[in-house]
Amino acid sequence: MNIIGKPRRRVDARAKVTGQTKFADDIMLPRMLHCKLLRSSVPHARVVRVDASRAVAHPGVHLVLTGRDFPIPYGILPVSQDEHALATDRVRFVGDPVAAVIARDELTAFEALDLIDVEYEPLRTFADPLESLAHDEPRVHEYGDAGNIHKIVSLAFGDVDAAFARADHVFEDTFFYQGNTHLPIEQHAAVAALDPDGKLVLWSSTQTPHYVHRALAKTLALPAAHIRVIATPNGGGFGGKSDPFHHEVVVCKAAVLLDRPVKICLNREEVFYCHRGRHPVLMHFKTGVRNDGSITGLQVRTLLDGGAYGSYGVASTFYTGALQTVTYQIPAYRFQGCRVFTNKPPCGPKRGHGTPQSRFGQEIQLDKIAERLAIDPADLRLRIVEQPDTLTANYLRIGTIGLAECIRRVTDAADWRARFRRLPMGQGVGLACSSYLSGAGLPIYWNDMPHSGVQLKLDRSGGVTAFCGATEIGQGSDDVLVGCVAEVLGIDPMDVRAVTGDTDLTPVDLGSYSSRVTLMMGNAAIQAAERARDRLAEAVSKKLGVPAERLVFAERRVFDAEHPDTGVAFSEAVCLAEAMFGTIGTTGSYTPPRSAARFKGGGVGPSPTYSYSAAIVEVHVDAQTGWIDVPRVWIAHDIGRALNPPLVRGQVEGSVYMALGEALMEEQTFRRLPPRLSNALVHKYPSMLEYKSPTSLDMPEVFTELVEHPDPRGPFGAKEVGQGPLLPVMPAVANAVYDAIGVRIDEVPITPDKILKALDAKAAGKPARFGPSGFPDIAWPETLQVPPPWEGGDGHAINERERKSAGRTPATKVVPS
Amino acid sequence: MTPHVHIRLTVNDEAIDVAFAPYKTLLEVLREDLNLCGTKHGCELGECGACAVILDDQPVLSCLVLGVECSERRVTTVEGLATDGRLHPLQQTFADLGAAQCGYCTPGFLVMAKALLDEHPHPTRDQIREALSGNLCRCTGYQQIFEAVEAAIVQPVTRPARATASTASARPVKARS
Repeated sequence: MNIIGKPRRRVDARAKVTGQTKFADDIMLPRMLHCKLLRSSVPHARVVRVDASRAVAHPGVHLVLTGRDFPIPYGILPVSQDEHALATDRVRFVGDPVAAVIARDELTAFEALDLIDVEYEPLRTFADPLESLAHDEPRVHEYGDAGNIHKIVSLAFGDVDAAFARADHVFEDTFFYQGNTHLPIEQHAAVAALDPDGKLVLWSSTQTPHYVHRALAKTLALPAAHIRVIATPNGGGFGGKSDPFHHEVVVCKAAVLLDRPVKICLNREEVFYCHRGRHPVLMHFKTGVRNDGSITGLQVRTLLDGGAYGSYGVASTFYTGALQTVTYQIPAYRFQGCRVFTNKPPCGPKRGHGTPQSRFGQEIQLDKIAERLAIDPADLRLRIVEQPDTLTANYLRIGTIGLAECIRRVTDAADWRARFRRLPMGQGVGLACSSYLSGAGLPIYWNDMPHSGVQLKLDRSGGVTAFCGATEIGQGSDDVLVGCVAEVLGIDPMDVRAVTGDTDLTPVDLGSYSSRVTLMMGNAAIQAAERARDRLAEAVSKKLGVPAERLVFAERRVFDAEHPDTGVAFSEAVCLAEAMFGTIGTTGSYTPPRSAARFKGGGVGPSPTYSYSAAIVEVHVDAQTGWIDVPRVWIAHDIGRALNPPLVRGQVEGSVYMALGEALMEEQTFRRLPPRLSNALVHKYPSMLEYKSPTSLDMPEVFTELVEHPDPRGPFGAKEVGQGPLLPVMPAVANAVYDAIGVRIDEVPITPDKILKALDAKAAGKPARFGPSGFPDIAWPETLQVPPPWEGGDGHAINERERKSAGRTPATKVVPS
Repeated sequence: MTPHVHIRLTVNDEAIDVAFAPYKTLLEVLREDLNLCGTKHGCELGECGACAVILDDQPVLSCLVLGVECSERRVTTVEGLATDGRLHPLQQTFADLGAAQCGYCTPGFLVMAKALLDEHPHPTRDQIREALSGNLCRCTGYQQIFEAVEAAIVQPVTRPARATASTASARPVKARS
């Protein structure tokens, strides 16, 4: 291979280092107006009246929009179409948009916001999941599984209670994972305009132009064919730009009404309130193990604080329980998850989507299990890693697994055996592992169409244009597209132009989420390029009198493998093919294999293949101050094949960085204002200064090992890398803290105050631990019983038919402890 | 509308006259009035470093500088780093070594790194960390940025000459202030 696997400057690097990459807020159009949103100052209320008359009369104001202008709801998931671009009759969190002003400039729009009078009738506010569980009324939404429960699920794969009875030990632990946010440096921005034909165009910093396209067609009641969504390169996404957003719908409506371009750029505080970030999750892990460390059964219970809207929450709920079986051999498994509404900004997908929380719990519990059984934590994991080409208890089909090698690589690199439990007091090392999807196996709107499409146009100059709906969010998706095409056609990456993320010009790719782009777009690109190569080969074969199968495409030439001097330039090959076949354009597409799961809820978790990671974190903890320093991190990632190694390394190191932020400092948390100030639930620190994230001074040295065993399902063998390497780091930090000072911090972030409290508890003879005290007693619905494959199961739940015939799940009674 | 102020300043070695509302920050003047959108914003409060520019040899956060303060002063933005059609060595190394992922914080990092190298041609890793500690990057984990800055150090041939420094440069290099 000439391109794949070789370190190479990414195709869009020059634009980025010269400041020429055009982000959404860099778009300046003639006659452009500016939009600002008035956001709710109260956390939960009926909107009695919105009087915008004074704002409308303000000089420079062109338009004021309110909820009346947006009667049609939308949402990313078909099952939770619960958002309006502007509040119609209810606001559900401080920050919920109520009205929009479109004015000649930002300042004028901002001034006019103060002239809008809103009358609220306050409703009871839910700050915490336990409050939401305790009160069915008022309901934050009129839909959901019961009261203020958005989603509650109970699934069993085999007889878990019998598995616990068979175990030599049963471990029970509770953990809490605090919420945090994406904090992309680019604030969300969007520009809408009517094109000269009168059709709507939206440029937006979105990871999912296809879904924004759908939402706009629905809410604006316009023909989808007359709406064009262009995803501008995202200045960081991390999941935070994956929902259709209020501001996108608002500027589109305004552009249609005014026939002028309208721009909005959120300020940093608004980005904190848009959120859609990591769900705070309280969780309970119960694990049965034999003395040799093998797991007999696992039960996971999770309680997710969903915030005020659905977002991806149904999927997030299932993801807290989906991937445990992908990492380790678990013969019997029960998962019960519950997501509740609270009056805070909606939570959604952040890097790792729903899996970091339960990964944190499982990996700390395994550390506790290893200690009790006197087995080295690395050896324990090596004994129980899941096997390749397996169907798990919950019907996820595993492809290749490099986890055992990941563990060996990091333990060797970190000199684990010489250091674990052997470092001086105050210093420690901790290990953890993880797995992640290489793309969700099912689309958000279930259908049989491809998840990614690529179209190629071959020019007589030898240049190739690759069209794909994929969205460049910094991860390098344009580079993957170009790299795959150039490799197959034997041309230089700079000969290929990527046209991406444009719903008018590019075939659908579902978007940059679930680590799906490299695998799905890459396969589609290879197929399209191979089809083009076949046409060219046929034409060149005829011209040279060389069998097509002997032709090699390399170095911008097409030549005879046996006589390399006999050949034509690539551009000539295109001309020959065009003369023979007419205009040369090909397509490729990718549809994931059908999932083996047939039970309700089985749509979350399947993936064409899974990536694996192992990490070792070294910490130094000051027992006087509780201060934690992380000098070094070793991480190995099973990537299948690194298409462009520096980019892969960048994803791994970036994951480690973001994980350390979550482990040590980042918190999206809220406080109540006093009653005289409306009891509002406001973000504790919606600014970049006070929302602590790691700086260059906090970043440890990271030693990255790439494990490359090409996976036949991936393009050139590649699997994902954008999310998986984040997952093991948080629990590895917690395990390292225990190794350093002998206290367990069973929640993130792991902050000095928690360390000191745990040390105090230890000194007082109490458990040397800081973490949640228990898990509430939730009335779970009837458990769907799905026999695992080794018990003759076929992927169906044996009791699902009865449940369906009995109608919807009965309203669930919930009893908080 | 507020009456505009009119100033003259030098931006990327070009003298420019510009009129703008007096409350505008240098960041806003650059982006909105001079159409130099390479300089980014992430907070408008001096927290993220995305808007860094060089003002009279000193790196500053352009969101904290008023446009009216810049009369008769020299500003260098990311658009001014390349000279004579050649990328600055930092731009080359950032591009080659993965130091730019989404690219949004990149102009700020490049400007801060240039200011560092202008001041200390051979910084240590710790000096690099310190100099860049006011710039937030959410993509890279900083490591490839450190490496890119270091790689730009060890290329004396293409490092821009300073007016007072004698260099071993074989190629003519335009002296920059």
